Amino acid sequence: MNVGPHYTLYHPRWYRRRVSVWWWLQKRSYTGFVLRELTSVFVAFFAVVYLWQLRALAQGPDAYAQFLARLKTPLFLTLDTVAFLFVLFHAITWFNLTPKAMVVRARGKRVPDWVIIGSNYAAWLVVSAAVAVVLLRG
Amino acid sequence: MERITPLLWLLFSAGGTVAAFFIPIHLFLTGLAFPLGWLEAPSYESVLRLMGRSPVRLYLFVIISLPLFHWAHRFRYTLYDGLQLKHLTMLIAVLCYGAALLGTAVTAYLLWTIP
Repeated sequence: MNVGPHYTLYHPRWYRRRVSVWWWLQKRSYTGFVLRELTSVFVAFFAVVYLWQLRALAQGPDAYAQFLARLKTPLFLTLDTVAFLFVLFHAITWFNLTPKAMVVRARGKRVPDWVIIGSNYAAWLVVSAAVAVVLLRG
Repeated sequence: MERITPLLWLLFSAGGTVAAFFIPIHLFLTGLAFPLGWLEAPSYESVLRLMGRSPVRLYLFVIISLPLFHWAHRFRYTLYDGLQLKHLTMLIAVLCYGAALLGTAVTAYLLWTIP
């Protein structure tokens, strides 16, 4: 009756190598991938700083002055520098991926990647300048 | 969870686009140019005057809330892949999206209370 392979009491075990938590340091492209994923932390950092600013604005001029003063401390200057670099990395990798995520066709032909990427960078420049002008003019 | 996955991806990409276009200049000004004195930070009165125009409040809501959802989605997968925490799927998802929802609620509340 029992013609199938004879199994022991023990469960079969697959051979799976344990992967180190640091697997992404072994190859440059892996490191780039993980750094890109980590940009999200600094995106969230920005949101927290802006929420803090909103709270200061809601509390009044003194709280706002204190907020501005706190940003001048070495701790926040360091954090903001690191965050700014990571957010730039996010923007650059995001724009460079747009032609892969969004295929645009015009007159039956596929719009070349560099046109899509280029227009993203151009729009980025215009948007940044506009934000700066509005904020600085008050 | 499965049913709202498309919505979560949509929020991820909308938030990523908003973050790419708007956050660098804001962080550069608020985090570096103003504190280091390269440019003069706007006064309390001028910021409030700016916020008196309702599109500015909507704009602030968008550039804070959507990037939070972008963070939640990406950070969730960073934890799975980077720290190999696949077995904590549900807990991590609830914490990440929960934090983004909370942040959105606080943003709305603060924008409402500012005179």
